[in-house]
Amino acid sequence: MDNLRNEILRYLETNSRVNLGELAVLLGVDEVKVANEIADMEKEKIICGYHTLIDWDKAGVETVTALIEVRVTPQRNQGFDRIAERIYNYPEVHAVYLISGGYDLLVTLEGKTLKEVSRFVSEKLSPIESVISTATYFILKKYKDHGTILVPKKESERMLVTP
Amino acid sequence: MRNPLSKKIIEIEPSGIRKFFDVANEMEDAISLGVGEPDFDTPWRIREEGIFSLERGRTFYTSNAGLQELRNEICKYLERKIHIKYDPKNETLVTVGGSEAIDVGLRCMLDPGDEVLIPQPSYVSYLPCTVMADGVPVVIPLQYENEFKLTVEDLEKYTTPKTKVLIMPFPNNPTGSIMTKEDLEPVAEFVKEHDLYVISDEIYSELTYSTQHVSIASLPGMRERTIVINGFSKGFAMTGWRLGYCCGPEAIIEQMIKLHQFAIMCAPTNSQYAAIEGLRNCEEEVEEMRKSYNQRRRFLMHEFARMGLECFEPFGAFYVFPSIQEFSMTSEEFATRLLNEEKVAVVPGTAFGECGEGFLRISYAYSLDDLKEALGRLGRFIQRLRNER
Repeated sequence: MDNLRNEILRYLETNSRVNLGELAVLLGVDEVKVANEIADMEKEKIICGYHTLIDWDKAGVETVTALIEVRVTPQRNQGFDRIAERIYNYPEVHAVYLISGGYDLLVTLEGKTLKEVSRFVSEKLSPIESVISTATYFILKKYKDHGTILVPKKESERMLVTP
Repeated sequence: MRNPLSKKIIEIEPSGIRKFFDVANEMEDAISLGVGEPDFDTPWRIREEGIFSLERGRTFYTSNAGLQELRNEICKYLERKIHIKYDPKNETLVTVGGSEAIDVGLRCMLDPGDEVLIPQPSYVSYLPCTVMADGVPVVIPLQYENEFKLTVEDLEKYTTPKTKVLIMPFPNNPTGSIMTKEDLEPVAEFVKEHDLYVISDEIYSELTYSTQHVSIASLPGMRERTIVINGFSKGFAMTGWRLGYCCGPEAIIEQMIKLHQFAIMCAPTNSQYAAIEGLRNCEEEVEEMRKSYNQRRRFLMHEFARMGLECFEPFGAFYVFPSIQEFSMTSEEFATRLLNEEKVAVVPGTAFGECGEGFLRISYAYSLDDLKEALGRLGRFIQRLRNER
């Protein structure tokens, strides 16, 4: 990947709301060029979406996040893809990863209550034929998410002016 | 009762800018663009190594010159960065910040009456350290027209038969000016012709944005007449760890180690262990910081252009040095009014020598959000000044 693309992506990864004129200034290139690169990368699905990182706890909205390890029997000709699809199509499923190690798929799930999550596991996930077993872990506190530290940061202790 | 003080210390004028600094540091809820240190925390792996060294009970003196392991890493680093090989045993000294190396270096090299060329605007310590070392400071005022680079014409004007040492403060605090290889070559020729020595303060060497930093010591015939001073404060965001170093010819370093041994003993032990990790494994973190600084630098230059504030484009350190001559007031007046009226702290150019008059040092060791807010206020202030006239 060329350098400009890389720099644009690195920036957007943590500042997707930046205005294009400003990004062009920061990177020292022409605004039209930046706009074109971004448009191209959107088309090529290198940029897959623009999301907002929300601390739901602070927003006062009750949510429960669970990590679920899933062991499955891969299916002939389709490996894990088909079973993954059956899982990721549920809107409450946030992420599905194929994992190396002791189990096969890692599913992250967001629900309103513990009950809702456990109902999903027992009624939707476990009954899928090729699912051998599941193990569910509830997240108690998010310290850092998507590279962003969520716990309050200390004030800077620098002096106001120094030589 | 006799006067307890030496004539030398009284002779050193307290920085005229001290009062401004005191007022600014007391000001509540001011936004600052006045700080000479990185806004980034020290990379975590370095801090973690510092903590680990304390847990391991590494709380004793190290050898005077510094941990051999650290000196080895310093020499490898310098070979990588400025392409000079130094002997980690006899040509390397670990100091308490670059500042100590400046002080000790001058004290080891000067006899009473020896003249030291100090290009200004530059960091505040060269002049007093020269005086305390019995040297005679000779200020070379650098020119805005030359983007505050040092030229041979400047040197010719101020060199005398008594001149012994030239201070090379590049990349420069406060102007952000750098010296490229092409800029350095004639200076090096001049230095050799006049049999001078160079103390090259390269503390900002990691922070250049157009070309890689070039050390004057890497030019032909210069290694034997140059002390290279560097440290961890700026590039590695480690100001509070107080760790620097210097490399140079054995004959000088040997004497510097002697003085350092009597005056300081050794640099802080846990800082030394932490710094080893920095040199081994933090290239990426340093690069990330450099990228951020560069983005902010571009942003500032762009904003100045919009405001019509005159400023040459600096390619080093984390400072820009705009001219405020159009407002016909002193730098200190401008900075004081800006502080009182808009609560933005900047440093008057005169803090770094009289020839800084008519300029401001603006630091971009701040987040982009802080810079935006502060520049908004600066823009408003400038508009008001222009309307007043």
